[in-house]
Amino acid sequence: MFQFYFDLPLIVRLVVQAGAVILVLFPIAAACSMAERKISAWIQGRPGPNRTIAPVGGLLTPLGLAGRIPFLGPFLQQMGIFQLAADGGKFTFKEDPVPGHVNKFYFVLAPIIAMIPALTTIAVVPLGAYYAVINGQTILQPIVLANVDIGLLAVFAVSSLGVYAVILAGWASNSKYAFLGGVRASAQLVSYELAMTLSVLPAFLWMNKPGGQGTLSLFDAVQMQSGVWHGLSMASLHGMWGVFYMPVSAFIFLVALFAETNRAPFDMPESESELVAGFHTEYGAFKWSLFFLAEYCHMIIGSAVCILLFFGGWNLLPWIPLTTLIDWLSHVLPFATHPLFMGLVGIGIFVGKVFAFIFFFMWVRWTLPRFRYDQVMHLGWKKLLPLSIANLIFYTLGIALMQK
Amino acid sequence: MAVIPVERKPLTFAERTYIPQIIGGLRTTLKHFFAPNVTLQYPEQRPEIPKGYRGVPTLVKDPNGREKCVSCQLCEFVCPPKAIRITPGEIPDDSDNAHVEKSPQAFDIDMLRCIYCGLCQEVCPEEAIWLQNQFSMSGFTRAEMVNNKARLYELGGTLPDEHFKWDKKKTAEEHGNAH
Repeated sequence: MFQFYFDLPLIVRLVVQAGAVILVLFPIAAACSMAERKISAWIQGRPGPNRTIAPVGGLLTPLGLAGRIPFLGPFLQQMGIFQLAADGGKFTFKEDPVPGHVNKFYFVLAPIIAMIPALTTIAVVPLGAYYAVINGQTILQPIVLANVDIGLLAVFAVSSLGVYAVILAGWASNSKYAFLGGVRASAQLVSYELAMTLSVLPAFLWMNKPGGQGTLSLFDAVQMQSGVWHGLSMASLHGMWGVFYMPVSAFIFLVALFAETNRAPFDMPESESELVAGFHTEYGAFKWSLFFLAEYCHMIIGSAVCILLFFGGWNLLPWIPLTTLIDWLSHVLPFATHPLFMGLVGIGIFVGKVFAFIFFFMWVRWTLPRFRYDQVMHLGWKKLLPLSIANLIFYTLGIALMQK
Repeated sequence: MAVIPVERKPLTFAERTYIPQIIGGLRTTLKHFFAPNVTLQYPEQRPEIPKGYRGVPTLVKDPNGREKCVSCQLCEFVCPPKAIRITPGEIPDDSDNAHVEKSPQAFDIDMLRCIYCGLCQEVCPEEAIWLQNQFSMSGFTRAEMVNNKARLYELGGTLPDEHFKWDKKKTAEEHGNAH
């Protein structure tokens, strides 16, 4: 049925796949902005944007038509879906001024550089898994754009390029506030990168035995967490999620993730009450929206990585991995082991977890006040970094003793 | 000035990690997340106007349909932003109320100037000018924002009072005993 697709040249297939992933990621990141507004509104006891509806001319578009369907239309209106469309239209079509005092080349380059790492890292993030029959053997395969062994390293390497966008924007804007925002961003990102990287090492110490073939693949990190219940024995550890046997790692990773994505309470680079808007003070219209989307893309990828490492990836519950779930479903649905169905179930679970994480990000943002800059540095260097080193030593010794 | 040193309790370890406080805060915001909204959906839902509200100033008539205003111009005099402009006039001879009192020929309140202080209502000896419930005034031109006499009576309506001062005065006048 899908054979024609596999007959296409590899490069065409890859482009189609990458395009599909970006076409899903991009709108989700955009929808996050509306989710942010709605969640902040509900937390503050407001209804949030709920008035916008497509004008009569909008009847020609699918969204405009959807707004006129009874019950569904008013519901979408309440949820601010049309406001999202209006915002998108505004950002796309409004005048995009470049102030006279900026360094034009870098000023224009910065938002582009912000988007590239944000969209690139998704390439090595597995989204689900399916049974593939290769050489007569049924093996579990990840749904991923590039199934490479360096997985996590690639994520860290590429996503930390995102800081260049902030620094470039801050510098090229030739404005005090933007400059301060850029400086803060670079200091903060460098500080938390260390703690973040050290905190994930225990997860890979569990996976890579000395002498064996090493891997940093995120798919293997999920496989590590998809075992079944074997009673109270060491074998059951295999099915547990990382967060249960590496809680400190997961905690440090999460805190560092908030700092890396410039989210409150670590939104130093923006800090709108101190620096106007931080590094994007001089930006408007489409370029500004690119920064915004890049931030949400970073959040999505960051939460995806956190889920893959510590929260079981596409496994439904601890000790109930996707394979078991599909096994159960195949008693009811004969097509359950079909790659398409299994892939959709896996992606569904995974995306559900990502949404839960995004909600958590927003929930925290509208709860906690911003840290002072010296507190951020204090927390990063004097608390999280020693803690992550101690955590690493603890797991190194523990794993060495257990595997001896 | 006496200085009272306040003994501050040292933070416990749990408090210094900041985590219990974060969890407490998250619980509070989650409670508000599910709580009903407090926003009034304004054009559809209107706020309940409390008693004694000072809205747009209006002119009122008595239950017999007469103008209460006698154009004494006290409100014009007291108005701090000088929003009121009164042109005094006589009641025409052919009217039932001729020679009883005076009445304004024109009565304009410039709502772009009015500060809703209520002094006009306070000073009025005839209880003719009242700040009522209307809280929203808008218009496309400056001229629209000046309430003339007709508009003021339209907004004001009738005051259900029991004085019937005019009846008494008219009777007294007809019997030749004005005071």
